[in-house]
Amino acid sequence: MTTRSDDPALGDFTDVQHFSHEEERLQRQTDEGAQQLRPRRRREVVITGGEWPEADSEGDTMIINMGPQHPSTHGVLRLMMELDGETVLQVKPVIGYLHTGMEKTGEELTYVQGPTNVTRMDYASPLANELVYSLAVERLLDLEVPPRATWIRMMMVELSRMASHLLFQATNGMDIGALSMMIYGWREREETLRFLEKVTGLRMNHNYIRPGGVATDLHDGWDVDVLDLCDLVEEGLRDYDELLTQNPIWVERLVGVGVITTEQALALGASGPILRSTGMPWDLRKAQPYLAYDEVDFDVIYTENGDCFDRYRIRLYEILESIKIVRQCVDRMPLGDYRTQDRKVTPPPRARIDESMEALIHHFKLFTEGFKVPAGETYVAVESPRGEIGCYLVADGTGKPSRLHIRGPSFYNLQSAGPMAEGSMVADAVAIVSSVDPIMGEVDR
Amino acid sequence: MSALGAGDPLFSNGIDTTVVLIVIGKTLVIFVMLLLAVMMYIWFLRKVIADMQNRVGPERAGPYGLLQSLADAVKLFFKEQSMPESADRWVFRLAPYMSALPAFLAFAIVPIGGAVTIAGHRTFLQLADFPIGILFLLAMSGLGLYGVMLAGWSSGSKYPLLGSVRASAQLLSYEAALGLSIVGVLLQTGGATSGGQAHPGTLSTRDIVSLQAWTGHWSGSPGNWPIVHWFVFPAIISFAIFLIAAVAETNHPPFDLVEAEQELVGGFHTEYTGIRFAIFYLAEFMNLITMSAIAVTLFLGGPAGPALPGLPRLGWFNAWIMPVFWFFLKLIVLLFCTVWVRATLPRLRYDQLMDLGWKYLIEIAFLWLMVSGTVRVARDQGWNLWIVTPLATLGAVLVYGVIYLAMPKRDELVEEIR
Repeated sequence: MTTRSDDPALGDFTDVQHFSHEEERLQRQTDEGAQQLRPRRRREVVITGGEWPEADSEGDTMIINMGPQHPSTHGVLRLMMELDGETVLQVKPVIGYLHTGMEKTGEELTYVQGPTNVTRMDYASPLANELVYSLAVERLLDLEVPPRATWIRMMMVELSRMASHLLFQATNGMDIGALSMMIYGWREREETLRFLEKVTGLRMNHNYIRPGGVATDLHDGWDVDVLDLCDLVEEGLRDYDELLTQNPIWVERLVGVGVITTEQALALGASGPILRSTGMPWDLRKAQPYLAYDEVDFDVIYTENGDCFDRYRIRLYEILESIKIVRQCVDRMPLGDYRTQDRKVTPPPRARIDESMEALIHHFKLFTEGFKVPAGETYVAVESPRGEIGCYLVADGTGKPSRLHIRGPSFYNLQSAGPMAEGSMVADAVAIVSSVDPIMGEVDR
Repeated sequence: MSALGAGDPLFSNGIDTTVVLIVIGKTLVIFVMLLLAVMMYIWFLRKVIADMQNRVGPERAGPYGLLQSLADAVKLFFKEQSMPESADRWVFRLAPYMSALPAFLAFAIVPIGGAVTIAGHRTFLQLADFPIGILFLLAMSGLGLYGVMLAGWSSGSKYPLLGSVRASAQLLSYEAALGLSIVGVLLQTGGATSGGQAHPGTLSTRDIVSLQAWTGHWSGSPGNWPIVHWFVFPAIISFAIFLIAAVAETNHPPFDLVEAEQELVGGFHTEYTGIRFAIFYLAEFMNLITMSAIAVTLFLGGPAGPALPGLPRLGWFNAWIMPVFWFFLKLIVLLFCTVWVRATLPRLRYDQLMDLGWKYLIEIAFLWLMVSGTVRVARDQGWNLWIVTPLATLGAVLVYGVIYLAMPKRDELVEEIR
């Protein structure tokens, strides 16, 4: 992007002869100084854009770049759309604008530091990332986690799922143009995050689930807090249902839009609500139970049509299922340790450091070089709000992973946006990307 | 000049300096009032929406954030202006004014009060009372389209182009529905009066308001309620169509596809910054206020309303204050409805918007005109209304049924295209 003087009568700025002797002297000084001291002449800035090499279109179609700066691209997604009038002929998602090399960074961090890194990938449901990483490390360590830690993890991950789906309700409403929905969704999400903050200390990026257990125990009176929260969110869901599901414009905007079949979804590697909306009840919590999901009672929500409306409804009802699980967790939360007592993995309590040399040494070793994980590789997958999040971890016997790969569901789901949007209208393309619910931090990692 | 001021007694005794000054004074008052109204409406909108969304809304600038719009305007005024290199420069600069000017002009025909006496001259509280009144509104709302369309086209950029294509299609389509709904009112203005004497219909806004006016003090009996003369009752369907078409015509939610933020960034004004953007913003809200004012004029009796009992009916208070008070009360109620809709409804899609305009509003407006015209003729000829009205309605429903069945459905169209 370049700027230059607009009005030819006022002269170009590179034209030195307009300047007085004093100004010439100033111009020999630094550029910034000269610019500041120059008389204010330009009244208008002319913006020129670079030509996109790919933007040469043939015939009547127009290539339009939606993003990476665009109000509805959920961060920095760039969609290249070929348009014929208002009809979208093809969509090409262009990613990489949020690439921060987190997987590579993971190889430089010890296993203790790992959760801090992975929690920033899917920043809308950070606990799922921490969980899958911790489960992978624990599998390599062959470590048994105390039951209370498992149940706390399950409850927290479900709360995180609620927060993530509430965020979806907010952004989806905003993308369709129901702006009040945005604030309502945010309102309930904020309450959920408030509880998470009370437990973990942070609204997001909690670093709460760690190899060996969780960071801290639940606070006193947590059960009252969490039950209040469940009631509040349930009440909010009734509002959404009234505001959106019963709104003819909303239904008209979403039903039959962005249809995808089970075969397509499977071929593209889509999982989570996108796969379930096509009529396949695939949910890792049921299909490959981890934590204590086989001990709690909940349903897998799935629908048959595979359109945007179904994906909206699935996420709405999944919040209710999460509430169901959270309530069972409150009822059945076991007592005991909230992290494993293996001193090679879990740092000693602060009080022990003052009285025990052994504890001091352990503490120092754990926070400098971390614990060593025996050589091996593993893949662990859990159901994040967006689908199957997997962690492929290769250990070489040192304190740092030799390779860390996260299978981010957003990355695979985003692929399905292209086939869904073909032949739809521009407004539908926005609704479709919104219904895929990609989190760019997880796509780019 | 006489053609311009047909109904206004101001011009009946020739034109002297005082008359010119009064007209200039009225122009200035209307201009300032519109600007203030836009400022207040934006504040009102943000506060009401904030309240509906559990937020506080603007509260920093001035008491209750009343000066927020002023602060925004000052900021925009001093902002650097930018222009894309590919823009058509003169059209790009011209477009905001082409958008704002018709919005100002259209308000000239709105009567905001009754007849008053200024410096010995009797005049209406209204800038101009054309004999063609309501046609002027249609002309101005048609011209307003040019500003939007040229802005998008001259930006030389893709999103504004899409926005302006949408704008031209949308505004043209809804112009038709808007015009037809106004005809529904005009049908009511002509014909026989209670005295059995036929008088021709009128397009003058002043006459339309007078026909709905109710004079005298409210006696308290239901038959004497001031609102029974309002055209909203005989033309209820026209009123509904007018409101929908007016919101679409002024690009407000849920019909704000022209500048749909989530799709087209800013639509036609994506490339505009600074004061030019502010002018677009101003024009948009001014259009909405003007349209609501026209709705009040056409359907809700304009400044008509009960005078304060106990005061002389032609005293200064009941002549100056009460009509203006009633006018603005009705206006604020309508404007509140626009805010309410904005906070509640999601945006329509382009094809759904076109469907609504062409397949429903225009058809219904036509059929309503047939029903309403039949009823008018029946009333003038002394036919039995209890028989004619149901028959006319039945006929209209049957015709609509045939049209509906004949219209291709969306699925069939999609099949055909594929």
